[in-house]
Amino acid sequence: MSLFDHKLNEIQSMLHKKEITIPDLVDESFKRISAVDGDVKAFLTLDEENARNQAKELQESGKTGILNGVPIGVKDNIVTKGLRTTAASQILYNFDPIYDATVVNKLREAGTITVGKLNMDEFAMGSSTENSSFQKTRNPWNLDRVPGGSSGGSAASVAAGEVPFSLGSDTGGSIRQPASFCGVVGMKPTYGRVSRFGLIAFASSLDQIGPITRNVEDNAHLLEAIVGVDPYDTTSANVAGESFAKNLTGDVKGLRIAVPKEYLGEGVSEEVKQSVLAALKVLEGQGASWEEVSLPHSKYGVATYYLLASSEASSNLARFDGIRYGYRAENAENLIDLYKKTRAEGFGDEVKRRIMLGTFALSSGYYDAYYKKAQQVRTLIKKDFEDVFENYDVIIGPTTPTPAFKIGEIIDDPLTMYANDILTIPVNLAGVPGISIPCGFSDGMPLGLQIIGRHFDEKTVYRVAHAYEQATDFHKEKPEL
Amino acid sequence: MEFETVIGLEVHVELKTNSKIFSSAPAHFGAEPNTNTTVIDLGYPGVLPVMNETAVEYAMKAAMAINCEIAEEAIWDRKNYFYPDNPKAYQVSQNDKPIGEHGWVEIEVNGETKRIGITRLHLEEDAGKLTHAGKHSLCDYNRQGTPLVEIVSEPDIRSPEEAYAFLEKLKAIIQYTEVSDCKMEEGSLRCDANISIRPYGQKEFGTRTELKNLNSFNFVRKGLEYEEKRQAEVVSSGGKVDQETRRFDESTGKTLLMRVKEGSDDYRYFPEPDLLPVYIDDEWKEHVRSTIPELPDARKKRYMDELGLPAHDAKVLTMSKEIADFFEATVAAGAGAKLASNWLMGEVPAYLNAEGKELAETKLTPDNLAGMISLLEKGTISSKIAKTVFKELIENDGDAEAIVKEKGLVQISDESALLKFVNDALDANPQSIADFKDGKKKAIGFLVGQIMKASKGQANPQAINKLLAEEIAKR
Amino acid sequence: MTRISEEQVRHVAHLARLAVTDEEVHKFTEQLDAIITFAEQLNELDTSNVKPTSHVLDMKNVLREDKSAPGLDREDVLKNAPDQQDGQIRVPSIIE
Repeated sequence: MSLFDHKLNEIQSMLHKKEITIPDLVDESFKRISAVDGDVKAFLTLDEENARNQAKELQESGKTGILNGVPIGVKDNIVTKGLRTTAASQILYNFDPIYDATVVNKLREAGTITVGKLNMDEFAMGSSTENSSFQKTRNPWNLDRVPGGSSGGSAASVAAGEVPFSLGSDTGGSIRQPASFCGVVGMKPTYGRVSRFGLIAFASSLDQIGPITRNVEDNAHLLEAIVGVDPYDTTSANVAGESFAKNLTGDVKGLRIAVPKEYLGEGVSEEVKQSVLAALKVLEGQGASWEEVSLPHSKYGVATYYLLASSEASSNLARFDGIRYGYRAENAENLIDLYKKTRAEGFGDEVKRRIMLGTFALSSGYYDAYYKKAQQVRTLIKKDFEDVFENYDVIIGPTTPTPAFKIGEIIDDPLTMYANDILTIPVNLAGVPGISIPCGFSDGMPLGLQIIGRHFDEKTVYRVAHAYEQATDFHKEKPEL
Repeated sequence: MEFETVIGLEVHVELKTNSKIFSSAPAHFGAEPNTNTTVIDLGYPGVLPVMNETAVEYAMKAAMAINCEIAEEAIWDRKNYFYPDNPKAYQVSQNDKPIGEHGWVEIEVNGETKRIGITRLHLEEDAGKLTHAGKHSLCDYNRQGTPLVEIVSEPDIRSPEEAYAFLEKLKAIIQYTEVSDCKMEEGSLRCDANISIRPYGQKEFGTRTELKNLNSFNFVRKGLEYEEKRQAEVVSSGGKVDQETRRFDESTGKTLLMRVKEGSDDYRYFPEPDLLPVYIDDEWKEHVRSTIPELPDARKKRYMDELGLPAHDAKVLTMSKEIADFFEATVAAGAGAKLASNWLMGEVPAYLNAEGKELAETKLTPDNLAGMISLLEKGTISSKIAKTVFKELIENDGDAEAIVKEKGLVQISDESALLKFVNDALDANPQSIADFKDGKKKAIGFLVGQIMKASKGQANPQAINKLLAEEIAKR
Repeated sequence: MTRISEEQVRHVAHLARLAVTDEEVHKFTEQLDAIITFAEQLNELDTSNVKPTSHVLDMKNVLREDKSAPGLDREDVLKNAPDQQDGQIRVPSIIE
């Protein structure tokens, strides 16, 4: 049994009773990493010396708190001062940040210890972590399968017991989909809930940082530590800080659940459907009720998303030009050659494809037909959610249409890969919060249940997720490594 | 064939906020390279912009001063292009909904007033600065993120002279609002010009060229003068003007081809997702409007109506807020308006030009200048002595009266004292008396000169003229 | 009908400052054409009266007070620079 099989409050109680020390926790993490990361390949960069020093200092400081002294892994698109941050891209292979992301500052205040940076799809573009410039992370449940993406390293590291929790980022499903594939809990908070300052931008109007954990309660604790308005991010919302963990009452009596028919329709595997229906039955047993509804514009989500996200990305990634930081191509004949070579050599195929698509969608003569059109459809998709939330407390469906696929299986087929995110993308477009929690297995691979809430109503999402988790044991299953 | 010239100007003005438009880095000119930046200005991965409220208010203020309508909702857009001085490879600017639109500025050329339309005024961020070092260019990002307004005129300008007048007026107005220093030599005011020609009577515009590297208002005028001639020659000889960007060469006074424009640049503008829209309500508008001081035209009118200054004086004085403020303070300190105006339009700029100084760098104050003017008005000193006193004041400060006393510069008006100088001069120059009596009036001037010399300039010239006439008559 | 030509792909690659081989142009043309064709399903929707969403939350006027603070040390500014000279970042000449 690993120390990380315990929930945060149990770990803190053990620390309090001096049964374990903070250096023990950090040691547990690095031991596990050296034992299994050769197979899983979740980490890109480790920060062992600093982590061990920090553990000693924290142990001596007598500081307390629910997250204090607990090791964490951070997705490699979140900048960490003095700790190499690459967004899994060759173009940032040597980038040494001179500042910390706001969430990293918040973690430090809360006393977590960053053990390293986690692999991902390059610039968070992908659904399998196969698009990393450096390595392919594997699913701890079956090393031949993908961990999902883009936060594949974040989900796999938690599933493999290398860290008790991690941070990921979610632009179209990048926290929830890998959480689902790896059998862990992943939350994409409301857009604006967590500061994006220091998150290397993919699609600014969609990106959110969120926690990946082994259980709902820990997830709520970690989110509490990183939320809040940030003077450095004007899109972060000034809403009252809420205690998510305290409201995990287990009570869902009278809760009204909406189940969109589009989420159990074509393309969704039978086992996934059955696991969701079974989960609804559990919640019904706890006093909730559910009805089928429609999110009529769901099917336009993927197209809308790829136009908007790629357009924003084409602009956000323009700064990687080899001038001020990162990779610079050698033997450039002149300035324009320097730009073109640097970017051609520094970016991978998927990133280039999206930069090309986004540049095209924004270019003169096409803007109205593609970019603006997608922004208008986004309005319709957002309204779908608003309409449903007039009568229901949460929306429930699967996180993904299928369990984790095999490494290499669909990497050459962008459209099939994009379709993987069909159930998560509309949540980002609407800006609402969504969580994925384990709800079963298919062929030994985990399945995820997605619970979606109103803007800034993470509290209800967590309460429902927790109630379901209390009634089931899926989250207690561990992969054999 | 006679051609009509059509000119439109694009003026960039840096706003003098304390900090940059999106970061807390100091927004001041003249620091060591790359010492006034933050990760935000450098476009580091993960950074986000935060809009400077004062930059928005300054832009509103400038827009109001040039009679623009203020947007209810201002939106920020990204303008995408790669260049080493542009760290994010996009500039945050305004495309669809600028802060100000549909304004105008009134100019006066050859005694006629004319309104030049302002298409728009928008807020954006300035870029870094590049210098050349052989096979390389060097990037200094201190200027990156300085708030900038771009003011675009309608193609209402019909001559280089009007363009010059427009720029002078625009600069005066912006300086009055105190949102910018408008110093071309420090780059806080920059101008590009679009110019085309067409036969008189033709409605459609001709193909225009864009002029860059116009580093002073004079160069704007010269560049445009050269360009209207060049275009006319091209057209007259059967050629056609190409749409191109040309730079003004200061050493030859010519414009040279920089690059040919193939269609319009594709900047792929889209709304900046990292910045929220800014809604400007009436209350905010009125608050900003209340901070706009009296502008040049209003002051000019007041100087004419209330102080009785001639139109020319009123115009010249109000061209610069600094001079106009100095003038008013001098009058308030007791100087007569016309004399104060004469000095501020004459000796003061002459001195500043000769010494290459700014008024603020001298010791001249409204008080010491007014003190000197009072002595002039009372006849205590002559204009000639006044020039000596002025030099002392502008270089060393002090009180005019004390200087006059200390240096013994008081004008001699006492008749008995003057009479001695007059008779000495007449005694020494009998030929002049004869000449005068022969009708050579110039002879008087020579005699006055002799007397002024003998009295070290202290003799009262009016009194001497009178005494000379009387004494010659006696001889 | 193809939505995007190889010539357009080359132009877009130039705008995006990406060097592309002939092979890549060919591949991107095919892939982008498929994605754009897929995206055109949005044309099924009449959006003539729909406001575009740029910001999903209804927030506005978040502004910063105009206060300045010292900037970064130049050392930090240059720390990640691939090439530098005299305290500045060096690039190939901008004059062609």
